[in-house]
Amino acid sequence: MRPDDRRYLPSHEWAKLDDETVLVGITDFAVKELSSGNEGDLVYCDMPEVGRLVAQGETFGEIESVKAVADLNCPVAGEIIEINAEIEEHLEVLSQDPWRKGWLIRVKPESTSLDHLLDAEAYEALLEKSEH
Amino acid sequence: MAGADRGPTARPPVPSFEMKQTSLHDVHAALGAKLVDFAGWHMPVQYGPILDEVRCVRERVGLFDLGHMGRVWVSGPDALAFVDHVVTCYTAKIPLGSIRYGLLCRENGSPIDDLLVYRQEDGIFLVVNASNTDEDLAWMRAHTAGFDVTIEDQTIELAMLALQGQASAAVLSKLTDYDLAGLGYYKFAFGTVCGLPDVRISRTGYTGEDGFEVYFPDGESERVWNELLAAGESEGLAPIGLGARDTLRLEAGMALFGHEIDAEHNPIEAGLNFAVSFKEEKGDWIGREPLLRVKENPRRKLIGITTDGKRVPRQGYELYKDDQAIGRVCSGAVSPTIGKNIGSAYLPVDLAVAGESVDLDIRGKRQACTVVDLPFYSRTRK
Repeated sequence: MRPDDRRYLPSHEWAKLDDETVLVGITDFAVKELSSGNEGDLVYCDMPEVGRLVAQGETFGEIESVKAVADLNCPVAGEIIEINAEIEEHLEVLSQDPWRKGWLIRVKPESTSLDHLLDAEAYEALLEKSEH
Repeated sequence: MAGADRGPTARPPVPSFEMKQTSLHDVHAALGAKLVDFAGWHMPVQYGPILDEVRCVRERVGLFDLGHMGRVWVSGPDALAFVDHVVTCYTAKIPLGSIRYGLLCRENGSPIDDLLVYRQEDGIFLVVNASNTDEDLAWMRAHTAGFDVTIEDQTIELAMLALQGQASAAVLSKLTDYDLAGLGYYKFAFGTVCGLPDVRISRTGYTGEDGFEVYFPDGESERVWNELLAAGESEGLAPIGLGARDTLRLEAGMALFGHEIDAEHNPIEAGLNFAVSFKEEKGDWIGREPLLRVKENPRRKLIGITTDGKRVPRQGYELYKDDQAIGRVCSGAVSPTIGKNIGSAYLPVDLAVAGESVDLDIRGKRQACTVVDLPFYSRTRK
């Protein structure tokens, strides 16, 4: 079971409330799909500028592996107030700890409600469906 | 990650029921391979990290299942004349026991596929791309009028494995009585391999390394695969997926249908002149006249690009010279051999010059690239 302290997008991003802000990252499933389970297969993460406004679901960056590129979509609308700069140089963090150290951006959201997103149970059900 | 459909590793992980499999499918799965849809076949894209697999072939030796490739046998009294009529290379000039690279083109000179042509006494053996096998067969069968020829699809009944890398001969020689030292590059012969008589042994490959491709009855696939892996253990032999194969062939400057060549990109501008014969003695062949005109006045040229930036060139990305869009990327890869990210692209002939600086556009962000001559890597020309 994935952490139930946060919500999910069907495109495998997570959003977690942290005081009045929202941390955004990608799930272990996303990392595994992209890297085929090999942390060295991730080659680049394109991060947004701090201060950028994003709509809910908007692409804020891209993550690239040896053989594929994937969009990074923002689960909530708001202003990007911080990026995890460590990720750009240490993509292996995403493989090692996608839930905490592997956060990508911090958003000051228009609303702190995450009700429009999947809960852990619904996200698990989605993964199960895609694996069968 | 909604854009995850932009790369081959991001295809659905689950095989649809109509996907074809080679008889080694379950062996790959048991080895932990990641299997993806490749031209309608459920094939191993990698067993481990792709870059490690590339290095394994460059430094040691790798084993590939190529059971998805199309194998076609053309025989009959007019086999030679027929093949010369449909392919670009001069088949009648190929010495017996030798192989040439060629293309199958439409009347307007646009390629349907590229292929290897094996000439032997009793017929011509063709190896074509998995993605085009059906179209190739239909095209050839539609153009047999006036030729006494039989075209046979042997894809299913034959297995095809490739051993690639400098230790290939050392590995294969443990399992065959054929004297591999006497078999030159782009030559083939029949010999006993793993106790199987008359195995087609071909000194060819798609990696830029020395190596062999072997063809034998499909029912023996698993045994031969396992015996090769065991025989190559001391040489560091490992199974290699199609992901590394794509990087290896791009480093070696080899074209891939659907990337460097397709309906929009002809063999002349792709730099494949060596595979296109305009000799009178070859006779008229399908696509000859339009390609002759291209040869006299090419507009574009296929070149390589390298970049020190972190972004990887990908098929379809646009290239710019200042504000002018000048071409698109055909293929791209992280190249462990070159130590840079690399790509191939068509550029106008005046810009297709080694040393020229161009920009790669990735959704509005620019990354500097340098034009280089192909290939990126040659084992004989370091």
